[in-house]
Amino acid sequence: MKIMVAIKRVVDYAVKIRVKPDKSGVETQNVKMSMNPFCEIALEEALRIKESGLASEVVAVSMGPPQCVDTIRTGLAMGADRGIHVEYPDALYPLSVAKLLKALVEVEKPGLLILGKQAIDDDCNQTGQMLAGLLRWPQGTFASKVILDKEKQAATVDREVDGGIETLSLDLPAVITTDLRLNQPRYATLPNIMKAKSKVVKKYTPQDLNVEIKADLEVVQVTEPPKRKVGVVLSSVDELIDKLKNEARVI
Amino acid sequence: MVTSFVHCSRGLRRSCSIRGAKMPSSYFSELRSAVQNGIRKSAAGCDGGVQSSVEVLVGQGKLWSGNLRCFHSVPSSAVSGLNVLLRPGTVFHSRSDSQLGLKRDYCSGVSPGYGLGIRNSRNCSNFSRGFLGKSRSFSSSGEGESIQYDVVIVGAGPAGLSAAIRLKQMCRGKDSDLSVCVVEKGAEVGAHILSGNVFEPRALDELIPQWKNEEAPINVPVSSDKFWFLTKDRAFSLPCPFDNKGNYVISLSQLVRWLGKKAEELGVEIYPGFAASEVLYDDDTVVGIKTNDMGISKDGTKKETFQQGVALKGRITLLAEGCRGSLSEKLLRKFNLREKGHGQHQTYALGIKEVWEIEEHKHKPGSVIHTLGWPLDNKTYGGSFLYHMNDRQVSLGFVVALNYGNPYLNPYEEFQKLKHHPAIKCLLDGGSVLQYGARTLNEGGFQSIPFPVFPGGAIIGCSAGFLNVPKIKGTHTAMKSGMLAAEAAFSALQEGSSMDMYWDALRKSWIWEELRLARNYRPAFEYGLLPGLGVSAFEHYVFKGRLPFTLKHGKPDHEATDVAKRHPPIEYPRPDGTLSFDVPTSLHRSNTNHDHDQPPHLRLRDPTVPERVNLPEYAGPESRYCPARVYEYVPDEEGKLKLHINAQNCLHCKACDIKDPKQNIEWTVPEGGGGPGYSIM
Repeated sequence: MKIMVAIKRVVDYAVKIRVKPDKSGVETQNVKMSMNPFCEIALEEALRIKESGLASEVVAVSMGPPQCVDTIRTGLAMGADRGIHVEYPDALYPLSVAKLLKALVEVEKPGLLILGKQAIDDDCNQTGQMLAGLLRWPQGTFASKVILDKEKQAATVDREVDGGIETLSLDLPAVITTDLRLNQPRYATLPNIMKAKSKVVKKYTPQDLNVEIKADLEVVQVTEPPKRKVGVVLSSVDELIDKLKNEARVI
Repeated sequence: MVTSFVHCSRGLRRSCSIRGAKMPSSYFSELRSAVQNGIRKSAAGCDGGVQSSVEVLVGQGKLWSGNLRCFHSVPSSAVSGLNVLLRPGTVFHSRSDSQLGLKRDYCSGVSPGYGLGIRNSRNCSNFSRGFLGKSRSFSSSGEGESIQYDVVIVGAGPAGLSAAIRLKQMCRGKDSDLSVCVVEKGAEVGAHILSGNVFEPRALDELIPQWKNEEAPINVPVSSDKFWFLTKDRAFSLPCPFDNKGNYVISLSQLVRWLGKKAEELGVEIYPGFAASEVLYDDDTVVGIKTNDMGISKDGTKKETFQQGVALKGRITLLAEGCRGSLSEKLLRKFNLREKGHGQHQTYALGIKEVWEIEEHKHKPGSVIHTLGWPLDNKTYGGSFLYHMNDRQVSLGFVVALNYGNPYLNPYEEFQKLKHHPAIKCLLDGGSVLQYGARTLNEGGFQSIPFPVFPGGAIIGCSAGFLNVPKIKGTHTAMKSGMLAAEAAFSALQEGSSMDMYWDALRKSWIWEELRLARNYRPAFEYGLLPGLGVSAFEHYVFKGRLPFTLKHGKPDHEATDVAKRHPPIEYPRPDGTLSFDVPTSLHRSNTNHDHDQPPHLRLRDPTVPERVNLPEYAGPESRYCPARVYEYVPDEEGKLKLHINAQNCLHCKACDIKDPKQNIEWTVPEGGGGPGYSIM
């Protein structure tokens, strides 16, 4: 069985981001980029499934400008077998990504798709769900545990939901999106980074996959959140009630 | 194989429940071969430190785990019950002693599975020799992967990358090839690079003459040069001692990134995110370095993501770690390189820098300002710099020589004070800080140059120390030293000549003449600010370095710290949040990050010294000079102040390694990829 993992190149989580002066977005020039942490967890899960013998190949897919290949190489260094890069210079929104992944699924025919639950730059949490919808495949999102059953061709997924943990059984092929507690991603070791240089990364463009990219979303403005105001120490309960009534207007 | 897996207690890591099926199958064979090969001592002694930790989880009472020389005690409060999880061949040694050390029960042994039995030995006073010396120990620095290169370079900074580029250029010229590997502890090339920087392109003109056409990030020529003497409210213009014609205001982090790209284009292999933590020897010759083990948790045990460090062997090893490089310092001591060189100890300064984005009408690209005087007193050498780059960005920094005497001095707070000076404030008003960082720099100059060649390689760049102090420039000399070492290495590898040619080449180069002429400026300040300025003026306008004598440095920086009782504590004003900031806010802007679950990389040679010496005698200076608030004295349960090390904050500046009065703090490399994330510094 082949597993396809979608990974995204985002601003590194430790970087202090800045809004561009023209408020059109976040400053990404001269800023450290790395693999989305949830995508790392997705890739780690795929690699563990492969190491346990239940899958034969792990393919890492990324979409975006040419620098995405660096992120794919990191994935290859972690242990993925092949990489696919869909080159597109502008921003890609979840629906476009889902359509492109659907086209790739028709080419590669994987038995399992693992994605991160969301990207830390846009926090959309949509791609996995949209993809499952387009493919008409079952989905197990926010996975905190994944167990595959080869004979029954099913996956048991523990989902972290608001009320607790929900356990689902999905028939394969399926889409799984990973949550934080699923696993601890491995380090890419130096020898593996060297070996990854010779692994294959195939390039596609949206035209090759017959997908038309329509920007269905437009970013109007990006601003910093309002600065938290300094707290005030009050002297009496009456003052508190007065402030709640007249300043905060909540009572 | 031992199968006594027991539940871990609550306080322990999740990783203790090893799921055998998930460990790579090569792990056990590595283990077996390590044990069968007997004790494997880390040749460089304790440098590996925790990386040789044993896979032991805690038992009752204090448990010592680790390699022969470095042990880490795990407090008994973290465990309950006798829970021990062992891998075959593990050595463990536990003792339980009561508070007053009345009864000592030593229980030591090696887990079975390899034919070694458990033994009880009492009163094992020197257990590292007595017990472990006779048994087999599993050291993770035993066998691991080893990769061979022609040249291994530690540090992807200006010196390291210039050396790498020069090597590949010479290969092309002579139609041969050498494999060159550069390891860098930062997460990416340039992440740990911080400098003023007014760049003199002299070395780059020699290295890559066509840099102007290759989109090098050098595009702001110096447009004006000012030198101010500050008092609390005023700024007096002094004649400018610098001649920056032909120089550029740059971000060194950006330039190094560009150099990295050029190096990769030539075929240099650069591996960021890997920290060289140990020097490898064959007898007394350096044969390469070993990277840090990754995935070791705070208490020394291996996490499930454990990856052993890799040995990178080179026929020649070049150390380009920057000022006070951890491996370089070890080699300087081991091979007595300071005595063999110009003999004087190295002296240092701490530079703290912020990059601001200021209002358009205040921004003058290429404007260079240096200040002297306030807020420092006449006995403390230091000053500030303000360089305008492009895109409305301004580099603002404050440099304090680390031979200051008052233990209450807080360089970070002095910097915050400086920003409120009217001459500086008017520039910064309406602006915002983009990045923050700090790094120490060399001030020893000519007198402190060590003999930079050791058997198996050489030290280049600021790790040796070629900074021109009166010019405050070290980038061009660091790059040139890298190039000269590369040329010497090339002939050593192709023709079998000696690396000593590097030393000869240095002495014949323009580095030597430049540093020799600049040698008497800084030492003159030992006598105070005014005598220093006087001598500097004479040197600059009259003697120009031709004086027949060479002034010596004063005491080493750590010895220069005076005792606290001779100085009143300094009260620093609170930060206002727009011009001045507290340390956590600034630290956030440095993009510093370390995996929190790793052993602290700041080691105390004697753990009692902070509370016994630093705090009572010097008022805990490390809690003041550290620009990242790594060291804090916090009251414990009994109200006594104890040193708390927030290793995660570390900016890798090395100030603590330099300034600790008893030289008790040893800076070692944390897991690769951690540390600051400078991009425009």
